[in-house]
Amino acid sequence: MIPAPFEYAAAESAGHALELLAEYGDDAKLLAGGHSLLPMMKLRLAVPSVLIDIGGVNELAYIRTDGDDLVIGATTRHADVAGSERVRSGAPLLAYSAAQVGDPQIRHRGTIGGSLAHADPAADLPMALTALGGSVELMSPSGTRTVPAGDFFTGYFETSLEPGELLSAVRVPRQPGADWGYQKFVRRANDWAIVGAAAVAGRVALANMGPTPIRARAVEQALADGAGPAEAAELAADGTEPGEDIHADRAFRQHLSRVLTRRALEHQRG
Amino acid sequence: MSILGTRVLRTEDPGFLTRGGVYTDDVEDERLAGACHVFFVRSPVAHAVIRSVDVSAAREAPGVIAVFTGADLTGLPALPPPVPGMINDLMNQPLLARDVVRFVGEPVAMVVTQDPYQGEDAAELVDADYDLLPPVVDMSAATAADPIFPDAHTNVAASFGDADQFDPALFDGCETIVTRTIENQRVAPAPMETRAAAAAWGEDKDAGGRLTAWIPNQGAQGTRAVVASMLGIDPASVRIITPDVGGAFGAKFGADPEHGLVCWVARQLGRPARWAETRAENMVAMTHGRAQRQTITIGGRRDGTVLAYRLEILQDSGAYPKFGAILPSLTILMTPGPYSFPRAEAAAVSVLTNTTPVGAYRGAGRPEATAAVERAIDLFAAEIGMDPADVRRKNLLPAFTEPHTTAFGAVYDSGDYTTALDKALAAAGYQDLRDEQAKRRANGDVVQLGIGLASYVEITGSGSEAGRPQENATVEVHPDGSATILTGTSPHGQGHSTVWAMLASEELGIPVDKITVKWGDTDLIPQGGGTGGSRSLQQGGAAVQQASQELLEEARQRAAGELEANPADLVFDIGSSAFTVAGDPDASVPLARLAETERLVVRSVFSAPGATFPFGAHVAVVEVDTETGKAVLRRMVTVDDAGTLVNPLLAEGQRHGGIAQGAAQAFLEEVVYDADGNPLTTTFADYPFLSATEVPSFELADMATPTTYNPLGAKGIGEAGTIGATPAVQNAVVDAVSHLGVRHIDMPTSPQRVWRALREAAAPPAAGTAAPAAGTSESRDAQ
Repeated sequence: MIPAPFEYAAAESAGHALELLAEYGDDAKLLAGGHSLLPMMKLRLAVPSVLIDIGGVNELAYIRTDGDDLVIGATTRHADVAGSERVRSGAPLLAYSAAQVGDPQIRHRGTIGGSLAHADPAADLPMALTALGGSVELMSPSGTRTVPAGDFFTGYFETSLEPGELLSAVRVPRQPGADWGYQKFVRRANDWAIVGAAAVAGRVALANMGPTPIRARAVEQALADGAGPAEAAELAADGTEPGEDIHADRAFRQHLSRVLTRRALEHQRG
Repeated sequence: MSILGTRVLRTEDPGFLTRGGVYTDDVEDERLAGACHVFFVRSPVAHAVIRSVDVSAAREAPGVIAVFTGADLTGLPALPPPVPGMINDLMNQPLLARDVVRFVGEPVAMVVTQDPYQGEDAAELVDADYDLLPPVVDMSAATAADPIFPDAHTNVAASFGDADQFDPALFDGCETIVTRTIENQRVAPAPMETRAAAAAWGEDKDAGGRLTAWIPNQGAQGTRAVVASMLGIDPASVRIITPDVGGAFGAKFGADPEHGLVCWVARQLGRPARWAETRAENMVAMTHGRAQRQTITIGGRRDGTVLAYRLEILQDSGAYPKFGAILPSLTILMTPGPYSFPRAEAAAVSVLTNTTPVGAYRGAGRPEATAAVERAIDLFAAEIGMDPADVRRKNLLPAFTEPHTTAFGAVYDSGDYTTALDKALAAAGYQDLRDEQAKRRANGDVVQLGIGLASYVEITGSGSEAGRPQENATVEVHPDGSATILTGTSPHGQGHSTVWAMLASEELGIPVDKITVKWGDTDLIPQGGGTGGSRSLQQGGAAVQQASQELLEEARQRAAGELEANPADLVFDIGSSAFTVAGDPDASVPLARLAETERLVVRSVFSAPGATFPFGAHVAVVEVDTETGKAVLRRMVTVDDAGTLVNPLLAEGQRHGGIAQGAAQAFLEEVVYDADGNPLTTTFADYPFLSATEVPSFELADMATPTTYNPLGAKGIGEAGTIGATPAVQNAVVDAVSHLGVRHIDMPTSPQRVWRALREAAAPPAAGTAAPAAGTSESRDAQ
């Protein structure tokens, strides 16, 4: 429960963070809110030799409208996303999702970019980004590339972030007035989802049903073909191979995905 | 007006809420200057022969002062069993593993460093080579498995009664018999403060110098005995000091190998040593609790009369038999609970497994008895189609005021179980709840209502100083008008400072805020039974009252001399804390002045005629989502009769904490191992508790039947919550889905278990196949 020794460097700007990343290379990890990385370091599941702290990089903490998109800087705290009128009106599912992360203490430290880069398939924001059809902006010395959620999450705690890249912003389409539903199945308020389901405008994403947040494409197709929520939701587990743990085996997760998808499609929030 | 029975705010709280507690790891003391820090290297495997432990690289790591393995511990005896004579003594735990490791988390080596942060780094460099042995993980496999201690030729650590001698005619005459094997799962005490120690030896250590050790504990005197025994020294050479203790729940009684080893390191290196374990260590190396598999059989008539009850216990003791191995003796003692079963019998076997040792945990054996019999009553009620409240009423012992001796040798001091049940049902609005339940059932609602009951009686105050129900207290009045109390109890959250001061204030007229309560320093208080088994108020508090009264008598004699009056003519005025001559208000002398020439101090030992038996009834109301299997606690209504309450606020606090902890066992908590004996629940992300967001406000109904076993009329309240709430909540979850054919769901009643039980009830497995998650069940009609 005590991390291995590491060096610490505070980045003063996004550019400075990239310089530090280039300097320290693969041994470095970016530190934002620290609410995923530090526990992993204490358990020695993560042993970075250098922490580059971008928590104080104010230029990465913002919420803006850019045409049809909402753009949120990577170090924006969950509490700020959850409380933002701009997010609540333009992408209410995202605001709601940010409000489900952990507990108030975590939401005031943890950041949207950190959560997405951590890529826990059981977490709220990766599922929300997937459901919303959002993308992330990845900054490197050679420029910035935009990667859709579906391409960003590549495996269990794995993303398409390249060495030397910094997740700088999150982009989601504005869909004011779109119906949405959100289901996070937990035993306690501050737990990770045993299974989660998020639905908005005909898109459905599931949490903890595989190594990454996944789209329930069979459900989406059935909806597009005119099926009702109950009928479409029956297809939620199709093709999934969720993991097993002390909370749920595969059959139970698949069952939950169907129930939660139906409730999300019925615009229930819980 | 008496201060007793009033809601005096805890005098402890301002300090805790402002500066914070001073726990063992916080202690600053010149005797600990320059202390080194101990970190334990623990076994990563459940069962293996230790081929070698190479510490050479660790010795070279930054800050490392020394590294020790079991081979270095020459002359240190193994940890003795907690109760001599009850446990197989060929199964003792070496302080550091030697030759064999027997559970994940067992200490294998010690790294001693300058800085506390260096230990874990250096520990990674200790290279231990293990030859894996097959682990025994499931307690049911233990008796047939190869012995974990080959010399013992058995994995049975202790047994109580003999199931082979059960009466084959026990259930004769029963119209209905139900039998079932149920789990009282292994749980982790997980106190907020993990284990720790700080040790310093006097300069003259080679000439029989003394050890001073700061250790969080539940009774410094018992801790002193165990530490002295581990080090092979005279207890008189050991001084234990108890700093603030952040929770214990039974798991901080005595001392563990790590505590003894930290003291040994300090002696070996000739400098003070400190240790504070991490949470991950605590989850695998502090004793666990419960861990019983019970087979319950209940039989009776279809009118609801129970005629016979049988309890067969398999106790998982973990890798080394500790208090957990003898827990079943307490369970057996309380087998019939509050019921008047004409026939009942019980037996238990405690076995070793390659898991963390099991110890006492809030209730220690009694919650397990209550859980068993309360499930049995509900299974019986379901089988005959009768309201479980009616079955309880029909079988509860009638109210009694003279001691009642059970077939298992327990002597219940007094009880009125039916009134407790009726009060709880009335407070809950039982009939309205049943009506609401019927409505939801008729509607086929997704979210169903469950109502669970538990009637209980428990034993408190059986543990004690010197093996008898007694405790000592010393009360001293000082010339400045203040007073000091020394107690042999050992609070770690209970509020003894507040209540002991109230008891002395009541007798001596000294304000509570001028009374200091001290405990937990064995040089100051050489004797004491500590705090556990809900004994403190009824014995330690009674001792404070008795000592205060005796002090007042001593003061009366002195006042008589001072005032030149007959002692019998003196009146003690509580308001001014002074003796006055009757009829002469001007002739007066305050207590404080009587302490000026000679210390005014009395030490007194209170002895109780026996243990007391608090009782009560809990009603849990849950909602179960029949689609997801998730159960949520909506209401918790309890009657907990602990006799006369000295401070209702603190009694309620004990009930609140206990109820939440008990409900958490029913809903969530479980220590899980994989098939290789690897613990899967070593963080609070995997080992969940109920938090404030998961519990409703508890509804506490009043009932107070004084005991005659102490002048306070008080019984214990510390464990009532975990005794009543656990089965009430479990019964409620089952009740919510009983109309769908579910008869039992093991704890914790996780969503997956509830869902599976529902699925199996809807489509019962084909004949001949087992129903794995829901346990085994058998019911039959006889005759």
